[in-house]
Amino acid sequence: MTNPETTEMKITFDELKHLVSDRALEGETLLLNMGPQHPSTHGVLRLLLELDGEEVINCIPDIGFLHTGIEKNMESKTYQKAEVMTDRLDYLNTMGNNLAYCLAVEKLVDLDVPERAQTIRVLMTELQRIASHLVWLGTSALDLAAMSVFLYCFREREQILDILEMCSGQRMMTTYFRPGGLWRDLPVEFEAAVREFLKTFPARIDQYESLLTNNPVFLDRTKNIGVMSSDQGFSWGITGPSLRATGVDYDIRKVSPYSGYQHYEFDIPTAAEGDAYARYVVRVEEMRQSLRIVRQALDNLPDGPVRSNNRKFVPPPRSELGTSMEAVIHHFKLWTEGFSAPKASLYLPVESPRGELGIFLEGDGSPKPYRVHWRTPSFVNLQALPFLSKGHFVADLVAIIGSIDIILGDIDR
Amino acid sequence: MDENIALIIEWVLKAVILAFGLITGFAYTTYYERKLLARIQIRIGPNRAGPFGLLQPAADGIKLFFKEELIPAQAYKFIFVIAPILTMVPALVILAVIPWGESFELFGRQIALSMADINVGVLYILSVASISVYGIVLAGWSSNNKYAMMGGLRSTAQMISYELALGLSFVGPLMLAGSMSMLDIVRAQQETAWYIFYQPLGALIFYIAMLAEVNRAPFDMPEAEQELAAGFHTEYSGMKFALFTMGEYVKMIAVSVIFSTLFLGGFDGPAIDRFVLLGPLYLVLKVAACLFVMIWVRATLPRLRYDRLMAFGWKLLLPAALFNIFITAVLILLFDLG
Repeated sequence: MTNPETTEMKITFDELKHLVSDRALEGETLLLNMGPQHPSTHGVLRLLLELDGEEVINCIPDIGFLHTGIEKNMESKTYQKAEVMTDRLDYLNTMGNNLAYCLAVEKLVDLDVPERAQTIRVLMTELQRIASHLVWLGTSALDLAAMSVFLYCFREREQILDILEMCSGQRMMTTYFRPGGLWRDLPVEFEAAVREFLKTFPARIDQYESLLTNNPVFLDRTKNIGVMSSDQGFSWGITGPSLRATGVDYDIRKVSPYSGYQHYEFDIPTAAEGDAYARYVVRVEEMRQSLRIVRQALDNLPDGPVRSNNRKFVPPPRSELGTSMEAVIHHFKLWTEGFSAPKASLYLPVESPRGELGIFLEGDGSPKPYRVHWRTPSFVNLQALPFLSKGHFVADLVAIIGSIDIILGDIDR
Repeated sequence: MDENIALIIEWVLKAVILAFGLITGFAYTTYYERKLLARIQIRIGPNRAGPFGLLQPAADGIKLFFKEELIPAQAYKFIFVIAPILTMVPALVILAVIPWGESFELFGRQIALSMADINVGVLYILSVASISVYGIVLAGWSSNNKYAMMGGLRSTAQMISYELALGLSFVGPLMLAGSMSMLDIVRAQQETAWYIFYQPLGALIFYIAMLAEVNRAPFDMPEAEQELAAGFHTEYSGMKFALFTMGEYVKMIAVSVIFSTLFLGGFDGPAIDRFVLLGPLYLVLKVAACLFVMIWVRATLPRLRYDRLMAFGWKLLLPAALFNIFITAVLILLFDLG
């Protein structure tokens, strides 16, 4: 066994000094560690705060407490097996992550996806978007101590998770989309369950809104808090609802449609103010728009197969294994060696509930990806926190963390 | 001599009954709150310990009793230990001046249904109620924890902003009744009508200020969980922590009792003339109604920011309370109410 030269990472005080103001070094201001174990850092975010009284002078996010090496892990798995890792990225948007990965693999190996699978993918992704926004709405309201909204949101999220479980067998770690289509077709109970959701949910959104939208205390806590201009948004690479709340109608579903999003009618909600309240308004409206897409997808669900017939990439159906030698060979090859991708690379963005979720995938001719990199929206959006929170109170900082909607699994990957 | 012994026995008995009543009341207020919150939030609430979860408060108490008492190494130990007591005791002794009914005859003695009917009852309440904030400030300071410190500072800021409005909203009932004795105020309401009808604005101001007084949502900044972990009691554990909770809930009961006495007619109710002992029952029912609204508010409203509470207290509540006093005075003169 070789003894690697251990290079201990040493960070000197001088290297870190620039993060806080000179007053902190003299002890005039308070340095406060917030997190990684703190009720409202949405996971294990650690913030080093420099406070003057309760006013935030500097806010330094420190990430890495949830690092699981997902990107590196994916490089040691075959293309099919790597997909389960994507569920663990942004655990509130598993369908969306699956979608980004499958689209990238399909593009890399040039694989077709049947129409029905595409529609189901859109449907599930939009349901997932609603579920993700529900968690966001509940937790960010809870950050402001509006505790009942949290439980109301989780009631509806439960309905969606039941639907996801019905289709994929899993409530959160779905891995339902596979390169070339879906794992399997929708179960028979699916349509009734989604119709029921479509029927009840619009009134439920109104219910949340009646608790928050015109609530003077809520307005007081969110208006003019964490104001971001669209220029700031652009220069920091902010995407998703946080950018749309500054008045920019940038949505990848419209800008460069994938999976047939161009066939659906939906609006991109925007707001002009760029504060926490604008982000709230945009996200609530996005839930309504997602509902529209779900309804259209369900009404126009085509019949047909849900998997590509390309046996070089998609395993044959179980029924063929007993009768066809070819099917057995394909099955064996796919589940032992896997399929190989050409020596090429691509970047593919999709719109996750939090913004632009991009995957960079590089193949080297082997069955395993040479390089996987995720451009995750939470990671980029977190950069806004220091400048958004500057000059606000600690109480507002909590509201701002909630309003930019970060998922730590999405940040540390 | 016999007379004195009988008096002492009477007082001790009344004090014991009141203290035990409050401590049981505290336990079941937590149960009431949890059940009610659960109902509002489409949950079930505690239902495992005993029938309908009725033994849950006892289970919680026993659990906290056996928890390890931790005192941080850097804490200021004496103050750290005394702070929970400073919060708890005033909450208990406030209720001494509250009348639970007219006096009745037992074994040939007139027994008054209150600990003490002093002629400055209202002033007593105001002064005692303010003591408990010291407990919070000192707990925050002595823990030597930054979060706790901020919680303690917040409660100072909070206290100076609502206390004045709270005091001024007492004045309306005082002017109408023409007395500072709680018993006189209740009797005056029996003769006319409950003061909430004469003093709707005063009652509203009192209710808002008392939410701030007991650190209840939406004014629970000193222990704002989402911002300050647990605020001033971050470092407390075991029975010392339980004492803070007890202080909070007993004080919730206490301010509800005061609100009921000042604005909802106290022990007044149907057939109170014939059955004096119905008085405590009526008062308990009114307190339950007050607590219901408190819990409802907690389930509905987000938390205010502490600087907003200060602005709200100084710029809105205080002028409104002064205006209320002015209107009351004018009306008393015009209609000869006092």
